[in-house]
Amino acid sequence: MTGVSGLVAKVVDSYQRDKDMLIQILLDLQSGFGWLPAEAVTEVSKQLGVPITRVYQVASYYKAFSFSPKGRHSVTVCLGTACQVRGAPRLLDRIMDRLKLKPGETSGDMRFTLSTVNCLGCCALGPVMVVDGVYRSNPSTTELERIFEAAK
Amino acid sequence: MPKKLFSLEELEELRKEILSKREPDKPVITVCTGTGCQTYGATNVYETFLQEVKNQGLEDKLGVKATGCHGFCEKGVVVVVFPEEISYLKVKPEDVPEVVRAVAKKGILERLLYEDPVTGKKIAKESEIPFYKNQSRIVFGNNKYIDPKNIEDYIALGGYSALSKALSQMSSDQVLEEIDKANLRGRGGGGFPASRKWKETKNAPGEPKYVIVNCDEGDPGAYMDRSLMEGNPHSVLEGLIIGAYAIGAHEGFIYVRQEYPLACENLNWAIKQAEEYGFLGENILGSGFNFRVKVHRGAGAFVSGESSALMSAVEGKAGEPRFKYIHTAVSGVKGRPSNLNNVETWATVPLIINKGADWFRSIGTEGSKGTKIFSLVGKVNNTGLVEVPMGMTLRQVIYDIGGGILKGKRFKAVQTGGPSGGVIPEQYLDTPVDFDELTKLGSMMGSGGMVVMDEDTCMVDVARYFVNFLCEESCGKCIPCREGLRLLRVILNDVCQGKGKEGDIEVIEEVAEVMAAASLCALGTTAANPVLSTLRYFRDEYEAHIKEKRCPAKFCKDLTSFYIQPEKCQACLICLRNCPAGAINGDKGLVHWIAQEKCSKCGICFEVCPPRFSAVVKLSGEPIPEPPPPGTKVIRKKEG
Amino acid sequence: MEEMIALEIDGKEVKAKEGMTILEAARGANIEIPTLCYHEKLKPYGACRICSVEAERGGRVRIVAACGYPVEGGLLVRTRSPKIDRIRKVIIELVAPLAMSDGGISGELRRLADEYGADIHRFESRLQVEPTRCILCGLCVRYCDEVMGGHAIGFMGRGIERRVVFFPERASRFCPTCHECYEVCPTGKIAAETDGSIFPKFSIDDFLSGKM
Repeated sequence: MTGVSGLVAKVVDSYQRDKDMLIQILLDLQSGFGWLPAEAVTEVSKQLGVPITRVYQVASYYKAFSFSPKGRHSVTVCLGTACQVRGAPRLLDRIMDRLKLKPGETSGDMRFTLSTVNCLGCCALGPVMVVDGVYRSNPSTTELERIFEAAK
Repeated sequence: MPKKLFSLEELEELRKEILSKREPDKPVITVCTGTGCQTYGATNVYETFLQEVKNQGLEDKLGVKATGCHGFCEKGVVVVVFPEEISYLKVKPEDVPEVVRAVAKKGILERLLYEDPVTGKKIAKESEIPFYKNQSRIVFGNNKYIDPKNIEDYIALGGYSALSKALSQMSSDQVLEEIDKANLRGRGGGGFPASRKWKETKNAPGEPKYVIVNCDEGDPGAYMDRSLMEGNPHSVLEGLIIGAYAIGAHEGFIYVRQEYPLACENLNWAIKQAEEYGFLGENILGSGFNFRVKVHRGAGAFVSGESSALMSAVEGKAGEPRFKYIHTAVSGVKGRPSNLNNVETWATVPLIINKGADWFRSIGTEGSKGTKIFSLVGKVNNTGLVEVPMGMTLRQVIYDIGGGILKGKRFKAVQTGGPSGGVIPEQYLDTPVDFDELTKLGSMMGSGGMVVMDEDTCMVDVARYFVNFLCEESCGKCIPCREGLRLLRVILNDVCQGKGKEGDIEVIEEVAEVMAAASLCALGTTAANPVLSTLRYFRDEYEAHIKEKRCPAKFCKDLTSFYIQPEKCQACLICLRNCPAGAINGDKGLVHWIAQEKCSKCGICFEVCPPRFSAVVKLSGEPIPEPPPPGTKVIRKKEG
Repeated sequence: MEEMIALEIDGKEVKAKEGMTILEAARGANIEIPTLCYHEKLKPYGACRICSVEAERGGRVRIVAACGYPVEGGLLVRTRSPKIDRIRKVIIELVAPLAMSDGGISGELRRLADEYGADIHRFESRLQVEPTRCILCGLCVRYCDEVMGGHAIGFMGRGIERRVVFFPERASRFCPTCHECYEVCPTGKIAAETDGSIFPKFSIDDFLSGKM
């Protein structure tokens, strides 16, 4: 068994090979690999006994999954209504400018992946940016610079 | 290893035991570690408290506890000292040693107390702070007493007494009747009477039956469910188990948004502990009733929160809505009878069982009983989660509890009901908030999002924002929603960019009618609400954008320009230095001016110009004056 | 003796079996209701909404998809009305830009456009959408899944990014002896876009590399 099929087997087994848990299995694999390699998708279809069309349909339907590797550092900007009203578009503009990325893109050096999310649920702190799981409220241009510099 | 409980008596014995081990007079410092306060560094504050109490040799005298969200999110990190319930706000790690010393001396640290913005008076007790005082926190209030990772905190408060009462003293029909009498309506947005769904599921033929918690809270700007699930997961579990008993379901699913990792973590913890203590699993509390629950994480799709879509996702399929002409209560997950309710709805159930339907009916309005948790956000002073009795007016919520508009600006509208809702303008501020009143005004109460907007908010942009959101989140299955949103998005983007055409409003209205009538699910049928609602109350803004290429709120980038008034500029160089586009020219003593072709409309100059000068203005729909001749000197103003 | 349900469609009394949909009952009584995503061998899908009809019961009128709505005793159904006609007209106008090939549309879409007076170019320039000739009705996907068990064609993506793609690995095994999706496709896209080999140019690889 190759590395990928072995890892997939481990995850699929942890859910008792239950087809209903397809999304949970894919979430664990996304988390483990950082993305969903084609080989992993094929293995899930094989080992879970689910048509490849369905695995791909589910994986491409949800924003959590990626078919290409992500950058080492995730930068997420919340575009929920409260953040919107409190200036999220401007924050996003500044970040896009600085990182030279559009939402969904990963930098060429694999350092950053920029994405947006429609409400993280911490609206009092809007506008909110999350870098590698750390939430920041309305970061200034200087703070942004510091954060991005430190993320190697 | 905790002993599994097999009867109501054993539970009560355990409760007594837990309470007897607690010292009610021993000071306990509680730190809110909900996601909101975590953004302010709550974990660090909590750990600093642990360390500091140790450093000062006070481990035996002072307790430190991490709790869930209190709701006063504007003032994070929130720390409350028991037993007096002294509330310290905006606590930072460097404040910790002083707080510990104050607590040890049984004193109060004045500088971290709440200060009334008008009178300057300081208030120490949390329940006396106006933000909390005007609320009715029957569902949410327990968050401050509970460490979500410790089931015994929940038991100490009386947790699981409703479940044991239901299992040992009530038949499943009696439980159903109580919920029916209470007129508990769904808190997820639909407002459908919970008991009607429960009855339909119970009476539907087929086994097994399922009960489901919808924690896919996706309305942008709403986070009530997240805070409940993070801070008091057992209240949801208890409600769910009671519901399962009433309906005759032995399996349940809890669907949690993937964007809520802490809620997932605390929920899983709670389930594990509930199983250990015998509140979940086989023969619950010795009643013979079995129930177990599985957690399903979402994977980033707003539409998966729609009940039939959620059930598809629970089956491991793409979370797309399906026909609901046959109710999911009859044919839901895998074609079996399935009852789905929102987090807040489930969390309300134990209260009704414990205190009775009559008590619940004494709160709220004729058609809407009980309380509702709202996320009060946007341009409001006291942003946070508030729980109020149904029937409180918008004005009371926004002003008495919310403290009014940020920076003293003028209220323009409050957006309620998320992407399915609408805006409510000033003249309706005295409308009572409940399931039915806001619907009459073209909005809805929805899941509880309340976004306050001021004079600087462009209402066309609000519509554009929601349409963009829904266009991205639409499952894409049906033509009216997918293509209708695609078209609305183009039109609204055009209007906000000054490319709106005569006839656009009529097209919007025509397409909206088709979407509302013919879409497959409620995402599609309500998708046009934000547009229609803003058109209803702010049509003049649409017409200004289309006919005059003017944005009355001076918000839309393509229709707004920034201009430095030469007679007011004092050449302080602040805007010049802060301009990220290098678009500002000038020097010491020489009036600054903006090279419009370089300006990126970021608005930073407008923000940083000192208020006493206020030289930068926003212009829309009018010609921009030429820059002053080179070398124009400032006109010095006498200060003071 | 099976329980028969009596309802009224366009003023005509119709008897239907329990569990039938309005569409099935109508077809049984030779009353026409247009459809784009319906096929009698497939589970009703509810994507096109062209079959929307007015269904009245107890004074309350709802607009429902006839292909999915189960018959009820005493239901009053109207398959045409000013509102229904408007809905169908706009649905065609909304989906036409996607369905275009060589600047026009054909088949059932064309017929419906003519019947309901739809201007198929109405939103074309505003939308600037790439005419994929696929209206995402899902007939091919569902037929391959439910009838043929081939699972060689499927949906990818969500919302306006939703696409139908072939899976070459599966297709190479099942398609050579099948081709049933060619007939089922309402715009004729599949038949028109095979390049002689089995796999049309909209495969999973095209989707993943961003070409779609």
